[in-house]
Amino acid sequence: MLQDYFHHYGLIAIFTAFAVLIPVSILLLSWAFTFVRARPSKPNPVKSSLYECGMRPIGPERWTQFNFRYYKYALLFLVFDVETVFIYPWAIKFKQLGLFALIEMAVFVLILVVGWMYAWRKRALEWD
Amino acid sequence: MPSLLEGNALFRGIYCWLAANEGNSGPGPCGEALRDGLLPVGWEWVAFFAAGLGIVMLLINVFLLLVMLYTYMERRLLGRFQARLGPNRTGPFGLLQPVADAIKLLTKEDLVPAGADRLLFNLAPIAMIVPVLLVLAVLPFGENSFLANINVGILFVVAVTSVNTLAMFMAGWASGNRYAMFGGMRAVAQLVSYEVPVVLSIVGILLYTGSLSMVDIVEAQRIPFILLQPLAFFIFIAGSSAEMNRSPFDLVEAESEIVSGYHTEYSGMKFGLFQLAEFGAVLVTSGVMATLFLKGWEGPVLPSHLWFLIKVFFFAFIMIWVRATLPRLRIDQVMDFAWKFLFPLSLINMFVTAVEVLVWEEPTLVQLWAMVGINLLVAVVGIVAFSFVFKRRGLSPSRVTPPLVVVEGD
Repeated sequence: MLQDYFHHYGLIAIFTAFAVLIPVSILLLSWAFTFVRARPSKPNPVKSSLYECGMRPIGPERWTQFNFRYYKYALLFLVFDVETVFIYPWAIKFKQLGLFALIEMAVFVLILVVGWMYAWRKRALEWD
Repeated sequence: MPSLLEGNALFRGIYCWLAANEGNSGPGPCGEALRDGLLPVGWEWVAFFAAGLGIVMLLINVFLLLVMLYTYMERRLLGRFQARLGPNRTGPFGLLQPVADAIKLLTKEDLVPAGADRLLFNLAPIAMIVPVLLVLAVLPFGENSFLANINVGILFVVAVTSVNTLAMFMAGWASGNRYAMFGGMRAVAQLVSYEVPVVLSIVGILLYTGSLSMVDIVEAQRIPFILLQPLAFFIFIAGSSAEMNRSPFDLVEAESEIVSGYHTEYSGMKFGLFQLAEFGAVLVTSGVMATLFLKGWEGPVLPSHLWFLIKVFFFAFIMIWVRATLPRLRIDQVMDFAWKFLFPLSLINMFVTAVEVLVWEEPTLVQLWAMVGINLLVAVVGIVAFSFVFKRRGLSPSRVTPPLVVVEGD
């Protein structure tokens, strides 16, 4: 029933509120310790500089070069995560759907597996 | 979806104590105790919130206490594994060590680096711990005890835990530090890769149960799924320990390569929250594994809540054991392990299970044990066969490490 649906998710909403509240209150508590002098707060340029190797950091701070390979994994993940979106409902209703659904899913997965093997063959899965 | 009062003993107890009146329009009937409610008619929502808050507070507090206990347990056991004592000075047997750690972290100076994105920098530890806590909302922790029994339970768990990836990248980017950035990048690549096999390994269980609800999954296990789905269990435990950045997959915070990854610049309680999230994730994942593979709270003689805790700490112990035993892998090995080993195995497991479910629609106990035999065989053959493929194709060292070029006269 729709009402039950909202009741269950209402509880999850309460839980979410508390799950956010707990870390926030821990951080606030830690922050409040500064005012009773239980926690030091004396920033200086050396302390607040970035850690690199002990020396002063060189070059632009955030915009370092990074490799293209991360992009390949993101693409592959996108394909196979969308696949799981289709597989989950199929798995739930599999007992009612029977043999036809199995063959259909096999064809669907086979197409993606061919893509996966192509990626492997083209060395898209190598970290280099 | 079943009514809230159905099979939820804790919620029903508090709710009916407060709002069991005639003309009650809340989640459902309270049975015989119709005139004993404390609140007048029309105030059911107060009872709803009170009951919800009660269970939420219980869950979060017990969970945080257990995480403290777990950090102590992990440090003691790692000490034992490495032939040393571990923390034993603070309190009896060192039991107060987590308390001492908490006090220390709370009173440490909170440094924010100069180039940091302050908002994201402060938000990242919170975003890290919220998903870990949220999993508890759908975890059945005892007989008739859970917060919410939604019909997409395990999907909720999968969806919520993948927010961690975002939090790690947030932390890495906001720090403005190069190592933190690399850690964040690695975190995204690694977590995203291991998400696919983990999610696919759960499909085998769903084919048997035909339901995503965690309570239904516990009740559908006539024999524990760890026997019925050994390959899925292997994929799940390997993949989820990679998602939690535990060794042997702790590349994201490999201190020998990138200082300590995405939380290099964090100090004080923000660092403490990252640690809390990391240790909490171990317990939560153990809880999910106990629910999926080891019959959850079901067990003879002992009370169901105790059984659940025993199973959770059993899996937590296995994770500590693995951490103490295996050395860290290289990053290319980690990625290969996800895409070339776990991913095809999870597909094989899915189709073998599908065929079995098709052949034996309503399996008797004997047929179930036959399935156990077949699945064990598939698991052993699959793992052995794929490790041969893996050895030949993926990891020959000449391909991975390019030879060092020494420039003459430099």
